[in-house]
Amino acid sequence: MNNNKSISVQNLTKKFGNFTAVNAISFEVEKGEIFGFLGANGAGKTTAMKMLIGISKPTSGEAKVAGFDVYKDTEKIKKNIGYMSQKFALYDDLTVRENARFYGGIYGLSKKQIKKKTNEFITELGIADIADNLVGSLPLGWKQKLAFSVSLIHEPKVVFLDEPTGGVDPITRRQFWEMIYKQADNGTTIFVTTHYMDEAEYCDRVSIMVEGKIEALDTPENLRKQYGVDSMNAVFLKLARG
Amino acid sequence: MSISVKNISKSYGKVQAVNDISFEVKEGEIFGLIGPDGAGKTTLFRILTTLLLADSGTAEVDGKDMVADYIDIRNHVGYMPGRFSLYQDLSVEENLEFFATIFGTTIEENYDLIKDIYVQIEPFKKRRAGALSGGMKQKLALSCALIHKPKVLFLDEPTTGVDPVSRKEFWEMLKRLQQKGITILVSTPYMDEAALCDRIALMQDGLILEVDTPENISKRFPTKLYNVSTDNTYKLIQDLKSYDSMHSVFPFGEWVHYADENKKFRPIDLQDYLEDKEHTNINIEITEPTIEDTFMELSDY
Repeated sequence: MNNNKSISVQNLTKKFGNFTAVNAISFEVEKGEIFGFLGANGAGKTTAMKMLIGISKPTSGEAKVAGFDVYKDTEKIKKNIGYMSQKFALYDDLTVRENARFYGGIYGLSKKQIKKKTNEFITELGIADIADNLVGSLPLGWKQKLAFSVSLIHEPKVVFLDEPTGGVDPITRRQFWEMIYKQADNGTTIFVTTHYMDEAEYCDRVSIMVEGKIEALDTPENLRKQYGVDSMNAVFLKLARG
Repeated sequence: MSISVKNISKSYGKVQAVNDISFEVKEGEIFGLIGPDGAGKTTLFRILTTLLLADSGTAEVDGKDMVADYIDIRNHVGYMPGRFSLYQDLSVEENLEFFATIFGTTIEENYDLIKDIYVQIEPFKKRRAGALSGGMKQKLALSCALIHKPKVLFLDEPTTGVDPVSRKEFWEMLKRLQQKGITILVSTPYMDEAALCDRIALMQDGLILEVDTPENISKRFPTKLYNVSTDNTYKLIQDLKSYDSMHSVFPFGEWVHYADENKKFRPIDLQDYLEDKEHTNINIEITEPTIEDTFMELSDY
């Protein structure tokens, strides 16, 4: 496998009984790429993502994430990726610093490393005054930005973001995407799902899953051209119901 | 007026969830409460559906006072909360029957109202509600909220976390319900759905920023707005932010939306500036502001 590929997937399949949730999908994601993983509810995105982050064993097919095999090296995958979702991000009843210490500890960072990384993102987000506040007392937009920073604490090669901006106000959503751009610019690979189609346009490449298969995969610009429409929203509406 | 809200306030301890809010919803209107999490939308819904008392202010729903006539209001409104609130261990059919019975009606009596929606989940009518997919739960919840033929329908974030195709279908259902004379108050964090409402209120931090038609709200944007793109979007955002007369810079799909402080702003000057910054493939063209642009302009950041 080419070393510039952060994620490499070939004919990856997951069946539950007679139901094929993920049907022989194949794609590659390059180092530092922002890869949008789109699809309707129930199209198989979550199942595919679970296999890639090493918590669900594929039925067949092959995949490597950050150079590690999704059958044999699931623990290594977990150490080398970051994960953040809209549904669960940080512990509300811990402070910002405590959350960072907790996640840093889980990833086996030393106290010194944790302190250094925590101070870095606190300075960058300009939140020194709330660093010792409970996360539960912060607005959702702040929580999501912090959760993203914490998911990067162990300097993972690949970050999986599962609907990171759901329900977030439009300005914070954009600040969040600026953080994503910056991180990708530093060489971190970003794998992101979203239901906001304007965010699909921010990705370098986008795949659209329909009923377990990847029906389209290209840059947003090429997808718009290919389907003869002027927005990713229109592309999605054309494709998503098969 | 179908809903009339005057100076409603509500706080939880130190948090002012709803801050002196007033607005009116006409009969048969689809009225949207547009705003992010924490704007106060759910608190307002709970007050108007008589599940929560306001600290101050008054409100009428279908001509009835929210405090004195609360039982009357409950009989004539439908409410679909943001969180799925049906009985998980009853089947689809049993849930619907349950809600019809407590409102003193039958499924048959108002079947025409829910038919469009219910037929889509009828094949699964023996399945427990807890075992349904997200989209099917949403359709069942809407059927249950409609089974007593309410005059006013309250929908709290019915499409959050739902994909664009299902969201489109859901709004088509709402339009059909509107044609049957039902007034709909609906909240959403998706700005593109605002355009589908007759009128909207933009909400943030417990306050209403504006109430108007979606078209008029878009027109409130104070300056000309430009679409800008170059080959390097990340660098473009940074460089636009350091342009001297910059008013606002926001990524917007394939474009970056740029507004300038200077009335005499000339795109050609910006073009020169970006060329100096070594951008390639520079495009600058004027564009129409959307509701999201206006929302961000009105937000106090």
